[in-house]
Amino acid sequence: MGKLSFIARRLVKGVFVLLAIVILNFFLIRLAPGDPAQVMAGEAGAADQEFIQQLQEKFGLNQPLHEQLFIYLKGVLTLDLGWSYRQDEAVATLIFERLPATLLLTGTAFCFALTLGVLLGALAAARVGRWTDSLITVLALVCYATPLFWVALMSILLFSVYLGWLPGFGMFSVGAGYTGLEYVLDVLKHLILPALTLGLFYMAVYTRMTRASMLEVMEMDYVKTARAKGLAPGRITRMHVLRNALLPVITLAGIQAGQMVGGAVLTETVFAWPGIGRLMFDALLQRDYNLLLGVFLVSSAVVVLFNLVTDLVYTFVDPRIEVS
Amino acid sequence: MAFNRSLKAAAVASVATLAFVAGPALAEEPKSGGTANVVIQPEPPSLNLGMVQNAPTQMVAGNIFESLLKYDTNLDPVPNLATEWEVNEDGTVYTFHLKEGVKWHDGEDFTAEDVIFSMDEMLRETNPRLRVNLDHVEKMEALDDYTVRFTLKQPFGPFLGLFEVGTVPMWPAHIYQGTNYQETADDNDPIGTGPFKFEEWDRGSYIHLVANEDYHVEGQPYLDEIYWHVIPDAASRAVAYENGEVDVLPGGSIENFDVPRLAEMDNTCMTTKGWEYFAPLAWMWLNNREGPLADKRVRQAIMYAIDNEFAQEVVWNNQGRVATGPVNSVTRFYTDDVTDYSYNPDKAEELLDEAGYDGEEISLLPLPYGETWQRWAEAVQQNLEEVGINVDMEATDVGGWNQRLNEWDFDMAFTYLYQYGDPALGVTRNYISSNIEKGSPWNNVAGYENERVDELAEQGAVAFPDEKRAEIYKEMQQILVEDVPVAWLLELEFPTIYRCDVKNLVTTAIGVNDGFGDAWLDR
Repeated sequence: MGKLSFIARRLVKGVFVLLAIVILNFFLIRLAPGDPAQVMAGEAGAADQEFIQQLQEKFGLNQPLHEQLFIYLKGVLTLDLGWSYRQDEAVATLIFERLPATLLLTGTAFCFALTLGVLLGALAAARVGRWTDSLITVLALVCYATPLFWVALMSILLFSVYLGWLPGFGMFSVGAGYTGLEYVLDVLKHLILPALTLGLFYMAVYTRMTRASMLEVMEMDYVKTARAKGLAPGRITRMHVLRNALLPVITLAGIQAGQMVGGAVLTETVFAWPGIGRLMFDALLQRDYNLLLGVFLVSSAVVVLFNLVTDLVYTFVDPRIEVS
Repeated sequence: MAFNRSLKAAAVASVATLAFVAGPALAEEPKSGGTANVVIQPEPPSLNLGMVQNAPTQMVAGNIFESLLKYDTNLDPVPNLATEWEVNEDGTVYTFHLKEGVKWHDGEDFTAEDVIFSMDEMLRETNPRLRVNLDHVEKMEALDDYTVRFTLKQPFGPFLGLFEVGTVPMWPAHIYQGTNYQETADDNDPIGTGPFKFEEWDRGSYIHLVANEDYHVEGQPYLDEIYWHVIPDAASRAVAYENGEVDVLPGGSIENFDVPRLAEMDNTCMTTKGWEYFAPLAWMWLNNREGPLADKRVRQAIMYAIDNEFAQEVVWNNQGRVATGPVNSVTRFYTDDVTDYSYNPDKAEELLDEAGYDGEEISLLPLPYGETWQRWAEAVQQNLEEVGINVDMEATDVGGWNQRLNEWDFDMAFTYLYQYGDPALGVTRNYISSNIEKGSPWNNVAGYENERVDELAEQGAVAFPDEKRAEIYKEMQQILVEDVPVAWLLELEFPTIYRCDVKNLVTTAIGVNDGFGDAWLDR
C-alpha cells in the first residue's frame, strides 16, 4: 500500500511540475529573437510583408500571447500537442515517429555505460594500486575529458573511413531493402558507433564513482568484520561492498536516464540518427514553437518518470530506504 | 579527358566541364539503370514546390515538378513543357505552345488549363517572389488545350526568364482546382510531370524518388531511382561521400575547407556550373540611415578597406569571383565600367579622415550559415580594424539574424542574394526606395534612396528591346557603385562534387535543381 500511494502521489505532483514546465518554456522560447514566420520567409529566399503576415495569421502568432498560451494549454490537457508550423504535421505524430530511434540509441548507450562503468569501477577498486587500476583510471579520465563531438568524428574516421568496418551515419542502410533478421543486424551495426560515443562519458563517470565509493565502503567496520569472519573475498566485494557502494551510482544513472530523450542532440546530428534530439535542434533553429514545446514536454515527462523509477530502485537495492 | 582535378586547375576544369556537357560527351550513348545517392541539407519542410519555395525543397522537387522552360548556362531559354513560343513586336504578347502527350504522374494529360491554374490562381497566392512579377501580366488565357497566351500591360524585359521550375512549377489543376490546396496538398503525394516520381519520405533519414516510366522525353530518365540522404552535420556529409555512401554533393553541402580535399579523390569531378541563374552575390548590408555609415565617404572607405582577393583565395579556397558591383558578372546586363574599389587601405584611411570618422563602434552581424561565413566575417573585421574602424562582432542564429535585418537593427550585416538571371528580378529590389519596408530581410534593408536609381530601375524593367535595357542598367550600376549603398564582396560559387561516372549531371543554369532527367551512370 505504501508503495502504491507513494507512486500515485508522485505522479500527481509530476503532472503539476510538467504544467509549470510547459508554461515556463512557453515564455522562455519566445524570448529568442525572430519568430517562425520570419525564419520561414527567410528560407523562401524572398518575402514581402504580406507573405509574413499570411504565415503569422496561419500560425496564430498575431494573437495576444496569453491567448496563445491558453490555446496551447487547452490542447496539452487533451493530449493535443499542436501543429508543427514548418513540417505541417501534428507535433505528437512527429515526436512519436522519432521517439523509438532515440530510445534505442540512448537506451543502448545507457546499458553500455552502466554495465561497463560499474564493472570497470569494481575491478579497479578490487585491484587498487595495481596496474589494472591505473589503466582503468586513466581510461576513465580520458573518456571523461574528451569532448563528445570529437570522439564521434574520430570514431567515424577510424572505423568507418579507414577501416570500413562500421557504417558512419544513419540508422539503417537506405535502399538496401532488408527485412527481418537482416534488418535487425543492419540497425545494430549502425547503432554501435553512436551508442558507444554517447555512452563513453557516462561510462567514465560510473567507473570513477563506483571505484571511489567502493574504496570508501571497503574501509567500513562491517567489511572488516566480514573479512575477519573469513568470508570469501569475492563474496565480500559483491554482497557487502558493491551493493552498498552502488547508491550514488544509481543517483547518477537516474539523471542520465532522465536525459535520455533530450540529451542526444549532438550524437544524433553527427551520426545522422533520425531521433528526437535532432528534431528539437531543428525546431529551435526554425522557431517551430509547438514542436519545440512538444519535445520539451516529452523529455520533461521522461525526467519526472525516471526520478520516480530511481527512487523505487533505491528501495530495491537498499531495503533500509523507505518510500514515504 | 582527365577528371581528376586539383583546385589549381579549377578554371580549366570548369571550361572542360562546359565542353563536356555541351559537346562531345553528348555523343556518348547514355546507359540506363542505377541509383543515385545524393545529399540533401537541410531536410526540406515539404516537397510541394508550389507551396514552399525554400532551397532544399527546390532541389528535390525539381525532379518531380517541371516548368514550361529551362535555361542553358548562358541563360537562354530552352524548351521543356513548352516546345515553342512567340513574342509580338512590341514585347507585350507571349504565346506558348505546349508539348502534347505529357502526362501527370497519376496518368492525366497536362494541358493549358494546368498552366493557367498554376500561374493565375495558385502561384499568385503562394509565391511572393513571383506575385510581384505577375503584376505586369494583364491576362493569361488558354487559346486551346495546348496554347497559352500571356498579355502584358507593358513590355517586361525579364518575362521569358521567369519560367524556372523553382519559380513557376506546374501544378495539376485536376487535383487542386476548387479545393483549399493549402490544406489538400499532401507532402506524401506530390503529383508533377517530371522525370521522377515520389515514392517514400522517411523523415529524418531519406527521400526516395523512382523513375517516371511515362516521362515525356524519349528514353529518359536513365536512372532507376534517387535517394536523397538527410545528413545534418557537414563533416559527416563529407565522410558519407568519402565512404561511397553518396555520389553527389550538391553545392554548399560541405564546408569550403573540405572541397579541395574531396575534389582530389579518385573518380571525383567538380563543377561550378549550374548556378548561373541564381548567380548568388554576397555583400554586407550597410545601414545608410544613421551614424558614420550615413556618410558616403565612410561607405566607400569600407569598400577600399576590404581585401576581397584574400577572402576569395583563403576563406573561399579560390572559389567565386571578386564582385565589382551590384550585378553578378554572369547575369545579363552586367557592366564592369564602374568605379574600381580594389583593395587600398591608404585610400580608405584618407576617406575616413575626410569624413571625420571618430572611431565610433560599428556592429557587424555575420551570417549564421556555418564555419566559412564565420571566418569570412572575422577577416572583414580585421580588414576594417586595420584602417581604424572599430568593429563589434555580434553572434546570432538564423532566427535572430532575420529579425535584426527585418527591423533594421544593425550597422553592417553579411548576406547573399540570388539574382534570378535578370537585374529586374534579383538586383533592383535591394536598392529602390519603394522597397524600403520593415519586415523582410531581402528588400532595401540598407535604406538607400536615390531618385535617379528609382527611375532607372523602373525603366529598365519595361524597356524594349534588350539594347535599351543594357544602357539603362549600365547607368544604374555606375550610380550604385559610386554611392556604395552596400559593400559588395564576392560572386559566390558553390561547387557540385560528384563521382565522375555520374554523367550529364549539370546541364542547365540551375544545375541539380532541374532534376536528374539527363543524368546517367557509366558503371
